[in-house]
Amino acid sequence: MDLYIRPDYEVVRNTDRCIACRVCERQCANEVHTFDPETGKMRADESKCVNCHRCVSLCPTHALKIVKTDNTYRENANWSAQTINEVYRQANTGGVLLSSMGNPKPFPVFWDKMLLNASQVTNPPIDPLREPMETQLWLGKRTAKIERDEKGLLKDTLAPQLKLSVPILFSAMSYGSISYNAHESLARAAEELGTYYNTGEGGLHRDFYRYGKNTIVQVASGRFGVHKEYLETAAAIEIKMGQGAKPGIGGHLPGAKISADVSETRMIPQGVDAISPAPHHDIYSIEDLKQLVDSLKEATEHKKPIIVKIAAVHNAAAIASGIARSGADIIAIDGFRGGTGAAPTRIRDNVGIPIEMALAQIDARLRDEGIRDEVSILVGGSIRSSADVVKAIALGADACYIGTAALLALGCHLCRSCHTGKCNWGIATQRPDLVKRLNPDLAYKRLVNLVSAWKHEIEEIMGGMGINSLEALRGNRLMLRGIGLTDTELRLLGIRYAGESL
Amino acid sequence: MKRIYVKEEWCLGCHLCEYECAFANSGIADMVKALKGKTIHPNVHVEDCGDIHFAVNCRHCKDPICVHSCISGALTKGEDGVVRIDRDKCVGCLTCVLVCPYGAVLPAPDGHAAMKCALCTDNGRGEPNCVKYCPNGAIVFEEREAAE
Repeated sequence: MDLYIRPDYEVVRNTDRCIACRVCERQCANEVHTFDPETGKMRADESKCVNCHRCVSLCPTHALKIVKTDNTYRENANWSAQTINEVYRQANTGGVLLSSMGNPKPFPVFWDKMLLNASQVTNPPIDPLREPMETQLWLGKRTAKIERDEKGLLKDTLAPQLKLSVPILFSAMSYGSISYNAHESLARAAEELGTYYNTGEGGLHRDFYRYGKNTIVQVASGRFGVHKEYLETAAAIEIKMGQGAKPGIGGHLPGAKISADVSETRMIPQGVDAISPAPHHDIYSIEDLKQLVDSLKEATEHKKPIIVKIAAVHNAAAIASGIARSGADIIAIDGFRGGTGAAPTRIRDNVGIPIEMALAQIDARLRDEGIRDEVSILVGGSIRSSADVVKAIALGADACYIGTAALLALGCHLCRSCHTGKCNWGIATQRPDLVKRLNPDLAYKRLVNLVSAWKHEIEEIMGGMGINSLEALRGNRLMLRGIGLTDTELRLLGIRYAGESL
Repeated sequence: MKRIYVKEEWCLGCHLCEYECAFANSGIADMVKALKGKTIHPNVHVEDCGDIHFAVNCRHCKDPICVHSCISGALTKGEDGVVRIDRDKCVGCLTCVLVCPYGAVLPAPDGHAAMKCALCTDNGRGEPNCVKYCPNGAIVFEEREAAE
């Protein structure tokens, strides 16, 4: 508690509505609400409130709301209240500021500055309710050589592929950063949807080996939970070189979230901070990366595609070109708005580049170099809707990772306090009483609903453009037009301005 | 028959079911009006012990001991399997309260009769309100063969 800092939010209780059922009190892990038996009324200590909306959502009489405080410092366009408070906080603790989830700063969102095309008269739109619409796709190398055996029959020389029924995968979120029930929900949803979820760098709980066909396992710099069986169980292996929320540094799991189960799965001590190294200590070049790619392929008998994930940074296009030549099957790029369970605030808010720019540049570079078919491209880092998915594919992506959107479907209210380990929604916590708040039987259906809804919308949008398969949309930048963009931005995105014809 | 079952694994001990039950049986259309400033007398009760919580209400037993014990014929098991209480016939001896092995029959607040869950068939709700409003799917209303 910092004496200098006033709470950012106020808990407003409509006393005319409150029936003092104390549900808010029982549901708040931060102990904001208390019942005063003398007055028979509920009280709130807003200094503990993280604005997660658990009490607001569960209040049966809708008596609660959380509002931004109007308590103010003397107004200053340069020194915002947040900036001032952060100085106070650091002066008080001497520590690095920690944050969770994606970059909340008001940087431009280029998805919102791109408009999609639709067919009129000369090229009729397609009605997805009456005509076939292909949303199935494959991820992996498309550079099969034509070879024949001694009988003259074609040999199968195609590299291993991942089959998806929708261009959406659940992005890497580790067991530890999120709960057992959150992982189970993602795994079951991925299985039902015919797509994949990603273990993140926290290893794979034994209970979830049965979802292996829909699991992408991660090998990160900390190598947590990596062993032969882990690799063999998975459908694909992802080497995590970087993460959009914190490019240049490794994962960070606070000790409070390392329960006995998490410790066993990660193969690390219980209760001690798990801080992954910033680099992989065996990778300092593309040649080194190739060695790890080859080792993982060797370890799994060349049966599984290897993904290399990088954060979107200034030189992403050249790095991607190197990755495509390292033998990786898929490149995953994570934009600077991507989420995290814990990151230093300054890194999260100031490092990296927008995924839209990185994607456009990487796709263009790989095509220019004639190696686009060597790899598939996965993008993540704040894909917020089906429209973002369609725009990403038109910019050159093969499919999209969704993390934050998936957590929202599970009940996350973006309070950005994951690092405290006290998630009231049972998602980003390991406290058993909180974990049980997320019932996977209900939660996985919400994930299935979300992705199914997006799939319908993707079909509608594609149909409107007169396109009946993702294959025909991929890299089809003529379907995009910019609005409110500078010439440089248009050039980097490789799109024309709204109103410009062919 | 369809009965209410509690999945202890998912019960959070939030006690919302108790308030939703009291509201459903209040006969008042507005929850605030029905419950504000009042002590509630629900037919479902959440048992809490540390981190273990579960809601208990009438099991609508196949061979209900409360019905057998009723001295005035107020408790009956209907053709639908629901055990109901006729307040007009109840003399308030509370034998049923004593014999119920689940503690699911309770004295009504006026003390002159007993009260119990009738699966919201007696209050115009149509479906059990505790099930409908459980935020974590911990209370379910379903047919289970083993129970028959």
